[in-house]
Amino acid sequence: MAKTQVNPTRMELTRLKKKLVTATRGHKLLKDKRDELMRQFLDLARENMELRKKVEAGILSANRNFVIAKAGMSEETLNTALMAAKQEVYLETGSKNIMSVDIPVFEYKTRTADENDIYSYGFAFTSCDLDDAVKSLAEVLPDMLKLAETEKACKLMAAEIEKTRRRVNALEHVIIPETQKNIKYITMKLDENERSTQIRLMKVKDMMLEEAHQYSAKQSGFEVTVE
Amino acid sequence: MYKIAVLGDYASIYGFATLGLDIYPVSSSQEGEKTLRKLAEGEYAVIYITEALAADIEKEIERYKERLLPAIILIPGVYGNTGAGVRGVSKCVEQAVGSDILFGEE
Repeated sequence: MAKTQVNPTRMELTRLKKKLVTATRGHKLLKDKRDELMRQFLDLARENMELRKKVEAGILSANRNFVIAKAGMSEETLNTALMAAKQEVYLETGSKNIMSVDIPVFEYKTRTADENDIYSYGFAFTSCDLDDAVKSLAEVLPDMLKLAETEKACKLMAAEIEKTRRRVNALEHVIIPETQKNIKYITMKLDENERSTQIRLMKVKDMMLEEAHQYSAKQSGFEVTVE
Repeated sequence: MYKIAVLGDYASIYGFATLGLDIYPVSSSQEGEKTLRKLAEGEYAVIYITEALAADIEKEIERYKERLLPAIILIPGVYGNTGAGVRGVSKCVEQAVGSDILFGEE
């Protein structure tokens, strides 16, 4: 039976019926939302993994190049060469709404349009390995930014999916069955009340008739005078 | 207008300075934590952080997980790839689906 105490009244019944309709509708909508989120998320997660592997491989090879460059020149020269950067990267951020989840969109801008501005040094005192290293790192940068976008989106969507899933489950396994149980309980109780009222009325009628006509006395053969 | 920061040990990140990213070399996890907090409140939309450092300051990174900005992204350092980045993606899938159905067999 119902776990919580409910008032078996008609008003409560109407309220619960309305609640059940809302819950069922909400459950359906949330389920749809979860399915769509999941579909988009899985695509995004695949893309995320691909990008991550690409970026990690890129950074690894860039790091290798930097080590080679470092080996070919003195530490001071290297530090001086990299001390003052010519280029600067700015981000323009926006947000995109996927199924009510806000995910960031990054658009990057460089201070100067010249892509050779990544070399912040004169070429006289540095080894050419450093140029390669810097170039290899610069090539990874667009992917790195894309990775940032995708990975953040993935994380935000994962959190939202978890939340939605919990809501769906709570509705499906707790709220809807409980409301149905309560509705059944109230209906039964009301029916029972009605029957009991009916029986009581019948009984009262019998008693009144008995008093008026005195059937039982007649049956037993006595002469009865009715006024 | 936002900027991009790179956080980690100097040897792993000095190259990014040439690209125009702001580098913040840190040597200890406490310093890393403090710097990350400062960067996240500031003008940075994307913060790249080396896996080695991220492993030490996981709690601090967790705080920014639910926020739209900044995006904190792990990158492998010069001392090798610990696989933390890939694990992060798998964990994400696990959180959403319940189990890792995409990359579980890898």
